[in-house]
Amino acid sequence: MLDQTDRAILNRMQDDLPLVSHPYATVAKELGLSEAELLARLTRMTEARVITRFGPFFDAAAIGGAFCLCAMAVPAGEFEAVLTKVNAHPEVAHNYERTHRLNMWFVLATETPEGIEAAADAIERETGIEVLCFPKLQEFYIGFRVAA
Amino acid sequence: MIDETDRQIIQALQGGLPLVSAPYAQVADDLGMPEADLLERLSALKARGVIRRIAAAPNHYKLGMTSNGMTVWDVEDDRIAELGTQIGALPFVTHCYERPRALPDWPFNLFAMVHGSDRDEVEEKRAEIAAILGDACRAKDILYSTRILKKTGLRLKKKG
Repeated sequence: MLDQTDRAILNRMQDDLPLVSHPYATVAKELGLSEAELLARLTRMTEARVITRFGPFFDAAAIGGAFCLCAMAVPAGEFEAVLTKVNAHPEVAHNYERTHRLNMWFVLATETPEGIEAAADAIERETGIEVLCFPKLQEFYIGFRVAA
Repeated sequence: MIDETDRQIIQALQGGLPLVSAPYAQVADDLGMPEADLLERLSALKARGVIRRIAAAPNHYKLGMTSNGMTVWDVEDDRIAELGTQIGALPFVTHCYERPRALPDWPFNLFAMVHGSDRDEVEEKRAEIAAILGDACRAKDILYSTRILKKTGLRLKKKG
């Protein structure tokens, strides 16, 4: 379980880490903790998968690449087999099961705009299931933070 | 665009930043460059928007936010900019995008992600969105996530 200190750490660590030699010491000081305690708690929360990833968030579009949300309607009996094929693609950055006829929703992240279509086509070929692509047309807000 | 050194830096960091006292020094050492050079490069990548932030991605489920609903809406095209901005500004909406429809199966063009501790809470928030959209919304649905199947972030291919 998370205590108040863990929650304070999680809230702070969803904001940017400073680019200095000892960034965790800087954040620990802000939170009134020692650097060693902050690192121990971060390690524990990462091992417990409360934190799924810690590090830089890259914007594929800023390096000339692209992101695209995609969806497939996977028959229930084939779900695990299709999942294995889809997740084997390194371009699949996130994948969620959802309650809908379109029950597999994943994000493709590629180094070139053409990479999206190539990856979607490859997945269609391998699975025999249509891949619907929903690229973003407008981004209204990404309030990525969650209050822990 | 990024050069070969930037690419190596991104590859070294895409798995995450080490949880050690001097993480940048450790990564710089692995890359065979001075820490100061790495920090300068990272600072430039941030300024160009290649790095959005260096931060933790929390697992919503483990934080008790066990209900995650992707609310989707068919909103009149000529009103989506105005209404999308209003929906995106709601404190409980974590992502909000206009996306293309896939007719006839998928009439929805506005996507707004809503998180809550249970489905009742998500439904209450969804009703707030519906009230704002009013007559401009012709159809709606919600897709709850039932399982995280993968979460890794961008992976660059090895080159050369």
